[in-house]
Amino acid sequence: MIKAIKAIYHFYAEGFRNMTWGRTLWWLILLKVIILFVVLRGFFFKPTLAGKSEKERIEYVGNQLVTKQ
Amino acid sequence: MIESALVGWSRLQFALTAGYHWIFVPLTLGLAVIMAVMESIYVKTGDEFWKRTAKFWMKIFAINFAVGIATGIILEFEFGTNFSNYSWFVGDIFGAPLAIEGIFAFFMEATFFAVMFFGWEKVGKRFHLASTWFTAIGAAISALWILVANSWMQNPVGMDFNPDTVRHEMVDFWAVVLNPVAISKFFHAVFSGWMTGSIFVIGISCWYLLKGRERKFALASIRVAAIVGIVGTLSVMLSGDSSGVQMAKYQPMKLAAAEGLEEGGKGAPFSIVPGVEIPNMLSILATHDIDGYVPGINNILDGYTTPEGEVHLSAEEKMERGKIAIEAFSEYRDSKDSNPEEAAVAREVLEENMEYFGYGYIDSREELVPPVGLVYWAFRVMVGFGSALLLLMMVVLWAERRGRLEKMRWLMWAALLSIPLVYLAGQAGWIVAEVGRQPWVIDGLLPVKAAVSSVSVAAVKTTFFLFVAIFTLFLAIEIRIMIKAIKEGPKVDVE
Repeated sequence: MIKAIKAIYHFYAEGFRNMTWGRTLWWLILLKVIILFVVLRGFFFKPTLAGKSEKERIEYVGNQLVTKQ
Repeated sequence: MIESALVGWSRLQFALTAGYHWIFVPLTLGLAVIMAVMESIYVKTGDEFWKRTAKFWMKIFAINFAVGIATGIILEFEFGTNFSNYSWFVGDIFGAPLAIEGIFAFFMEATFFAVMFFGWEKVGKRFHLASTWFTAIGAAISALWILVANSWMQNPVGMDFNPDTVRHEMVDFWAVVLNPVAISKFFHAVFSGWMTGSIFVIGISCWYLLKGRERKFALASIRVAAIVGIVGTLSVMLSGDSSGVQMAKYQPMKLAAAEGLEEGGKGAPFSIVPGVEIPNMLSILATHDIDGYVPGINNILDGYTTPEGEVHLSAEEKMERGKIAIEAFSEYRDSKDSNPEEAAVAREVLEENMEYFGYGYIDSREELVPPVGLVYWAFRVMVGFGSALLLLMMVVLWAERRGRLEKMRWLMWAALLSIPLVYLAGQAGWIVAEVGRQPWVIDGLLPVKAAVSSVSVAAVKTTFFLFVAIFTLFLAIEIRIMIKAIKEGPKVDVE
């Protein structure tokens, strides 16, 4: 089992180490993930129902559906 | 006014994000199959040329994948922030397929994708080939779950509304997964990806031929891509036919808008462009019957009865039933703790009218008609470009087999210039599907204006322009890296 885990680890580690042009792509992915999750999610896309309990969410959406009529 | 601006900007932002996401998905779906076929030829023949050919297209696949990855996540952010009413209202119906997709995609990508890129010299030929095919199959299965969720919005099935939780609850998982709209949409979207991948490979290969480079590689790539593309496009047509029948059955307003059909009837004609029609053709496409009944926009708004005796209510009747449903929902909430008997009656009224719940938010019958001009022309762009590209692939394959392609420079230019057209056809397809179903987020149950959160218009505008800037930047980066990789070339013709 440990041997298998080690083999998998070396497979990935070696793969990443030997990358040439692929490194640019990984930097690109990292940059995108930071923009998406840190900037956009953190500052601009806070879920409207976040911080509310299940009961409060039911109440909130129920009111929205009734008042938007 | 403010609400209408909020609805408009929220809708536009979602359309922008979904459209951007769809730039990357079809190429992933199509290139994956093409490179898997190339690698299969390598494993079968042992010819290193095919290995190097497959590896080059894998490199292009990786660039597209890296820039496209996680762009779909933004859609989920928007659900939570801009469409919180919708997100809660749909309950686990929407969440379950998306969760399956997320988990499935992660494991498929983390394993097979890694073997495909890192494993050339480390695993056996057959195991590597299996990984490449599993990457292609995994991408298609990922698309399946997204399309199952989307199709539920077009044709909601397999659920019940629970007024206590204000959510829809799944009562039949298989009805959701095997939704006929989902099946057609899945094949239509995946095969359109094959078409995109094929046109892309043919176009780039023709560029090499025009430049007098990589001759053997380019001709071999064209051969494989044209065959995959022709099979894909014919399958797009077959699944499109099935989509048309379902649209007539479940979303007749979308079909009427796509055809600009104001007054329908038996033996309805198909409009090629305004003023040019094929008699009875729409009836054949929509019902597979030359005299089949197809309702027009006015018939749907006025209410109609099909020749089989199926009665469809008028817009006003549906709006009235919708208002009764919302009123009953409100009464149920008010009385469920204080007066159980009154609550039971209200719940019964709600259940009787739930089918029309969303119509209660509609103020005028005009709101029920999607933007006809946009849907009509998007449909023609999709079908027109799709048919032209099929013809192009057939001619390119014929010319390549006869050894004439390199003498037909105009054909190679046409193939190269077709790359943007296949993307336009794909985007037009989504415009038909998504703009055509307006004003609904969930057909008949929830219009966009009831689905949006109470957030400020300024916030949605800010994020819209932020997205425009970010998307443009990433797209420019992708195109730059891709062009660099293509210019560098596959380096496989040095024998």
